[in-house]
Amino acid sequence: MKGSVISVLVVLVVLDRLASGLEHRSYDYTKYHPMDEISTWMNQMERENPDVVSSMVYGQTYEKRNITLLKIGFKNTTPKKAVWMDCGIHAREWIAPAFCQYFVKEILGSYKTDANVNTLFKNLDFYITPVLNIDGYIYSWRDNTTRLWRKSRTAGTETCRCFGTDLNRNFPAYWGMVGISRNCCSDVYNGPTAVSEPETKAVTDFLGAHQNEMLCYLTIHSPSQMILVPYGVPNISAPNYDELMEVGLAAAKAISAVHGKSYKVGTPPDVLYATSGSSRDFARFIGIPYSFGLELRDKEKYHFILPENQIQPSCEEAYRGAMSIINYIHDKNFKSAAVSQTVDNCDCLMDLECKCDDFKPLY
Amino acid sequence: MKTFCSVWLLLSLVELSPAPPVSQEPPLACTGAPGHAPQSETAEDMASTGDLEPTHYPARRAATVALHYLNTHHGSPFRVFGLQQVHKASAEDVAAGGRKYKLDFSVTDWASGSEGPALRCSADVLFPQTERHSGPEVQLRCEALQQINRTAQEEHAFYQRYISPDSAVSARDIPDSYGNVSEEMQPFWRLARVAASFIMLRESSERTEFNMAQVASVAQQGSSEEQLMLEFVVLLHDFPSQEIIQWKLLASWSPDRGVRVLQTEWQPRCPHATKPPN
Repeated sequence: MKGSVISVLVVLVVLDRLASGLEHRSYDYTKYHPMDEISTWMNQMERENPDVVSSMVYGQTYEKRNITLLKIGFKNTTPKKAVWMDCGIHAREWIAPAFCQYFVKEILGSYKTDANVNTLFKNLDFYITPVLNIDGYIYSWRDNTTRLWRKSRTAGTETCRCFGTDLNRNFPAYWGMVGISRNCCSDVYNGPTAVSEPETKAVTDFLGAHQNEMLCYLTIHSPSQMILVPYGVPNISAPNYDELMEVGLAAAKAISAVHGKSYKVGTPPDVLYATSGSSRDFARFIGIPYSFGLELRDKEKYHFILPENQIQPSCEEAYRGAMSIINYIHDKNFKSAAVSQTVDNCDCLMDLECKCDDFKPLY
Repeated sequence: MKTFCSVWLLLSLVELSPAPPVSQEPPLACTGAPGHAPQSETAEDMASTGDLEPTHYPARRAATVALHYLNTHHGSPFRVFGLQQVHKASAEDVAAGGRKYKLDFSVTDWASGSEGPALRCSADVLFPQTERHSGPEVQLRCEALQQINRTAQEEHAFYQRYISPDSAVSARDIPDSYGNVSEEMQPFWRLARVAASFIMLRESSERTEFNMAQVASVAQQGSSEEQLMLEFVVLLHDFPSQEIIQWKLLASWSPDRGVRVLQTEWQPRCPHATKPPN
């Protein structure tokens, strides 16, 4: 009797393991998922990878939903340097949340076996928000008439009855200067004031609190196939513009090596159109040294409504682009020990006081 | 630097409110508020003349206009052109007011993808400066357009299939929310894009950049003068204002006459409103 009870229990446990394993294997990263499926998936990622994943609720949307990120990396008692990634500031850009999920899957699936990802997990924490504008994203799934919604879902007022603020114009970085509308019905309405929206505040609070650790800010959008560097306002340059361009161009090269797609690199006033109050600009403005907006596929043909059969290739190339950026930043911050070892190799010309980081090593 | 930025920030709050193109703003009636003050316009960087950076948006914006022109003339249910790359661009102010762009660019057919064989084109695009908006004027030359129309067979098969009196195709949401376009709907999707190009061309200015985001509906009307007659509702996206603008249009097509747009009707929506305006 005892034996058969044990056998039954063993069978049940095995079935349960199989089921959760199947559940994991069967999460389809080549399909678009509604918000409830993404939330379930986030819980699953945390449950299945307790050593390296923890979730954090860091704010609430207008409609009072929790805004959650996944913190991914080897756990440490002291705060580590960090990389931030958010997807889905704009509701209709469905490929963006799809990419965040793909990115998480890739790093969780490779950190044990891939030396590069393993090192990143050791030295960095990833803070990844798969869907930032949750209210808007859910609304864009409601029916065929809502698919192209962009903004949040803040209710209108007596004086202006339309819903929603463009969250990517609501950040306190040259807020209200250009590329916005004061008409609350407009798709680029920047809100009654800067940081008027709870979604914006969640991000500004978190980045503000983690300013010293944050090395890199990545925000994912579509379409256009571009890598955008600060600032969106004309004639205002980030002090490290040249370096940002260099890193961006290297990322574009890495992207094009995957499936041949070309991504333009530049500031919005150059390659897109002038904007103000974007999250990318805010991150740079408060001192996060590397801040990029990635605009994924497509260009004109499908525009926002990218077919599911392009999710996989889009994510593959964007992953290479993101990793190119992240690895550059990581190596710059964590390989200084290696650089100082090559001190004899530096071409310091006649100046004995030179710092060898400033010169190319001879070999 | 921080002080400078703070001062700049403060100044910006005091300044006039800049705005995207007025023409693309949602109808003021949607706000539900009476007497909303019109938005003031800023001087954008429309001042760029001389050689233009081909990867930057003023060149791309002008090339997109030339592309719409190309599609109105040479698009079909089996051929839609997309912009591949701008090679060279320059702009100059013209005596009568307005600005003329000279462009050297490449296009590819949607069918072959953006990495497919490219067609080289050159164009002059004039954005006139007039009291009321009038569409840009385009002169376009593309190499090898006159070569054998390899889609003739498909066009004739498509025409034969749908010209019969009892054909009454109708469909909604192309692509659907997941980006799917059925095999049968592909030619109608491309036709809608070509027809929409007439509107996008006409509505373009130096403050807009149009694409077709989706076909909301297609409904075949009774054929007339041996032309397929199709009523489309298309959703256009304007980049600078990010607005989705809805147009209803009536288009005709045959292999011989190509696409013609007979009627267009702007369908202003209050997509963001809590309730319809009074």
